[in-house]
Amino acid sequence: MGQKVVLRERIVDESPRDDLIRRERFPHIWCPGCGLGTVLKCYVEAIAASNIPPDKHVIVSGIGCTGRIAGYVRLDSYHVTHGRPIAFAEGMKIVRPDLEVTVISGDGDLVTIGGNHFIHAVRRNVDINVFLVNNFIYGMTGNQMGSTTPLGAKSSTSPYGCPEPPFNLPLLAAALGAPFVARWTTLHVRQLADAMKRAMNVKGFAFIEIISPCPVGFGSYNDLRDGRDYIKLFLENCIVDHSADLNKVGITLKPGEPIILGNFIDREAPTYHDLELEVFKKAGWLK
Amino acid sequence: MSLKIVREPINKYMQKIPLGLIHIIPERCKECGYCIDLCPKDVLEVGDERNIKGYRWPRVADGKAAECIACRMCEWICPEFAIFIVEADRREYV
Repeated sequence: MGQKVVLRERIVDESPRDDLIRRERFPHIWCPGCGLGTVLKCYVEAIAASNIPPDKHVIVSGIGCTGRIAGYVRLDSYHVTHGRPIAFAEGMKIVRPDLEVTVISGDGDLVTIGGNHFIHAVRRNVDINVFLVNNFIYGMTGNQMGSTTPLGAKSSTSPYGCPEPPFNLPLLAAALGAPFVARWTTLHVRQLADAMKRAMNVKGFAFIEIISPCPVGFGSYNDLRDGRDYIKLFLENCIVDHSADLNKVGITLKPGEPIILGNFIDREAPTYHDLELEVFKKAGWLK
Repeated sequence: MSLKIVREPINKYMQKIPLGLIHIIPERCKECGYCIDLCPKDVLEVGDERNIKGYRWPRVADGKAAECIACRMCEWICPEFAIFIVEADRREYV
């Protein structure tokens, strides 16, 4: 037996995952309590667990707080114009089908400003992964309401409550035929990393909606001023139901109304790449 | 049906509970409190010392270090990659 030592925390200056993050840029710019660091952690863990080497992974992100994720990963990372990361990623995947292209961006970027790119990429079933981080608001520009703000939630441009019903994103993606649709929160870290790993191995468009705390932006208007309030909300209201009826998974954030999570859809569908090769064969361009 | 009628595994007393050694990178901490709140064994608490940005990084509460079971929840939830667990053999330390 070795000598007994007094156990306490040990102070170090690098973490075992520093090989996949740009450690010289840490600590990152996100607010205390923001869920984006946890999303980054889950993404990095999913890369390490997927059997794809890191130099085959590419990350594309748009504008917004979430768009900063691309700058903190030690991969080939692209930070593109507002709302266009899916269009950029589609082009990259079509030209280089050997790459594993992942888009991580916010709700305002992907479904509000880039909404048309989103629906047409799902319709075409291009083999990319889209991880949409939903904080219910345009965080970086000053907490304006967007297309995912729940009905009645307050923001800087809807101080008496949002008058519009929000997107039901898993239903939207499933209705357009996405082969993999999931929703998790940043509290469900292991499930989120597993879903990301599955999304990287799915053939076709994989969509994960990640519900993330925004205590400084959305929270300051809606009595969720601390990251711990969000954790309490998630612990009390989240229900995991993989076979949920997608018509009923919309988010209201009202007390007593559940937030339904799960890997809702996992099916096979012909990808854009397969269909394109068939056309090429028919045209006689391929032997 | 109660759980009591289910037979206990015969090797129950041979099962080892893992021990986690807590490693902290103080300069990255932003005092969000997730590691402290979500620890199932309440091993961590808010520390006294502040880092260069003025945030108090967590420390192990008095006498709680041996209670860490290496579930790694703090490591997974930490948005800053500022805390991690190294699993060790409990017999060498406790």
